[in-house]
Amino acid sequence: MVKAGDKSGGGKKGLKRKTASEELQETVSGDGTAEGGVQPPKSAAFPPGFSISEIKNKQRRHLMFTRWKQQQRKEKLAAKKKLKKEREALGDKAPPKPVPKTIDNQRVYDETTVDPNDEEVAYDEATDEFASYFNRQTSPKILITTSDRPHGRTVRLCEQLSTVIPNSHVYYRRGLALKKIIPQCISRDFTDLIVINEDRKTPNGLILSHLPRGPTAHFKMSSVRLRKEIKRKGKEPTEHIPEVILNNFTTRLGHSVGRMFASLFPHDPQFIGRQVATFHNQRDYIFFRFHRYIFKSEKKVGIQELGPRFTLKLRSLQKGTFDSKYGEYEWVHKPREMDTSRRKFHL
Amino acid sequence: MAASAGARWNHVWVGTETGILKGVNLQRKQAANFTATGQPRREEAVSALCWGSSDETQILLGCADGMVRHFSTNEGRFQGQRHCPGGEGTFRGLARAGGNLITCVDSGILRVWCDDDKEASSSDPLLELRVGPGVCKMRQDPAHPHMVATGGKENALKVWDLQGSEEPVFRAKNVRNDWLDLRVPIWEQDIHFLPDSQKLVTCTGYHQVRVYDPASPQRRPVLEATYGEYPLTAMTLSPEGNSVIVGNTHGQLAEIDLRQGRLLGCLKGLAGSVRALQCHPSKPLLASCGLDRVLRVHRIRNPRGLEHKDEPQEPQEPNKVSPEDTETDELWASLETVAKRKLADSRQSQGTPQTRHKKKRPRSTSP
Repeated sequence: MVKAGDKSGGGKKGLKRKTASEELQETVSGDGTAEGGVQPPKSAAFPPGFSISEIKNKQRRHLMFTRWKQQQRKEKLAAKKKLKKEREALGDKAPPKPVPKTIDNQRVYDETTVDPNDEEVAYDEATDEFASYFNRQTSPKILITTSDRPHGRTVRLCEQLSTVIPNSHVYYRRGLALKKIIPQCISRDFTDLIVINEDRKTPNGLILSHLPRGPTAHFKMSSVRLRKEIKRKGKEPTEHIPEVILNNFTTRLGHSVGRMFASLFPHDPQFIGRQVATFHNQRDYIFFRFHRYIFKSEKKVGIQELGPRFTLKLRSLQKGTFDSKYGEYEWVHKPREMDTSRRKFHL
Repeated sequence: MAASAGARWNHVWVGTETGILKGVNLQRKQAANFTATGQPRREEAVSALCWGSSDETQILLGCADGMVRHFSTNEGRFQGQRHCPGGEGTFRGLARAGGNLITCVDSGILRVWCDDDKEASSSDPLLELRVGPGVCKMRQDPAHPHMVATGGKENALKVWDLQGSEEPVFRAKNVRNDWLDLRVPIWEQDIHFLPDSQKLVTCTGYHQVRVYDPASPQRRPVLEATYGEYPLTAMTLSPEGNSVIVGNTHGQLAEIDLRQGRLLGCLKGLAGSVRALQCHPSKPLLASCGLDRVLRVHRIRNPRGLEHKDEPQEPQEPNKVSPEDTETDELWASLETVAKRKLADSRQSQGTPQTRHKKKRPRSTSP
């Protein structure tokens, strides 16, 4: 009969579903004898280890599975309700809710995380290449360009970036070598160079070089959304200088990169413009957003996203201006060595 | 003071770009900072380090402002300094020969100074040589303290005898033109004298490792090996003397056998450009430091892997490994047992050499 056919030794997935499958076997036999509803489980007629996946009939199998799933859902809901009742009953004495584990929670502690009281790092930062910006001796002047022969998307991204970053100028690349552009920029007092690299008509890379002698960072750029692709966006950004938010740059490398981004924007934000550029680092990905905010009351803020949005991932940080072949690198991303753990991040 | 007692037990000495000298005790995993003036200063960036005396109680630091500072490891403090002017650029080599101090700067001026503590620092060098512009390294022969070798960017390898004439004893010749009949550029980044012979080994910015033999009639390199595609910045001899370990600007470390010119294996872990490498004189341990601000100690064989990592948070420059005293011998020995225990859990060994250049696998040609 059916039972003999269904017998099997040693279920593979049997362990979790053992008791459930035993119940179901009862319902199988129950259905065969035309009894209505799910009967309470009696002692199993089949050897344990029978799992639903071994029913050969697809429709039957599907039915059994959906029934099992519904049962699981019911049990889960019942358990949740019970827990909630218990918490209410205990009131203030209830134990705190358990915090779910996330990859950010479980992050491996990075030894290069900067301690705010560290004097060596403070001295290092006070005298590095960005010192003249942070001492307000220079104000930024940015040159934005692309790789050779850019397509429409990249050109539009450059234009939108130049509205977001004050005092920036966009130039066409026209096949010039970066190593020849850089001395010209330095002589014209530019402080930063941004090159947006393009591949197959979409921008996919960003090279940010701080000019007099400063470090050059090479990023992978993804998820680029131009202004017209952003839903519920606001009007065009105005000429006011935006505020800058740098989130979660905790390690020494993160500090360097964060300072690089900060030095793109002039020092004194004009709060009257209510515009803010955010560089949010999470799990080594840097999310760039540009918003306009308005305070509706003391605690409530409304924000409107303007401007382009993109995600960056650092590939390398090179000391000195752009020289990928002979330059010395402060940090290079090596996937096979550095990406072995899902919980270790470098920025 | 604690510093003076601790100074004795430091295994590795590292100089930094902010002028701080750090002594790292690998057993206790501590680092101690020593500064000449008590405050870090960028002008005192250490560009060259060498032992001041044969018993390794004194360290000489060549700083960016043209001063050579003396540091005593016994007392744990800076003892004096000497201004060594002349030429532009940072120190590229520092050495001690008898009572004299040999310095070489970037613009090619090599000077020998009389280094007597009692005497007021006289500003006249005993000997001055011009070795050519763009010097990247000057190294003293440990077996013959009066022989030095210099080399740099477009500055061929030259070996000078300081007691002899003003002309170099050995001047290397460039290799033949390459297959396009173009001149091969020269950029010697690091030089070492091989022990027990007259040979020299250099590593270049064009990712070549070359061995020269002044005793042989040919002035061209006797052996040439290449590694990677990035400039090699630092090199050190392995304790057995048959191989060298080189590091490049991407933080890749490789051990190259000098008998055949073969790559023996790589070491991983560094993320930034390697600035200095130093092997322990007898044990198979390698200390490396670089622009990623971390000092790492690797074990070179049995098995190859990372042993210890220290985070001093400063961009680092030259380093020196402490000697084999009897006391430090015990320390190294106890370090070995610690290492064995550590290796059981965190094995990062590189069993097979990593440079299998892409093997052509038979690809199935399916339409």
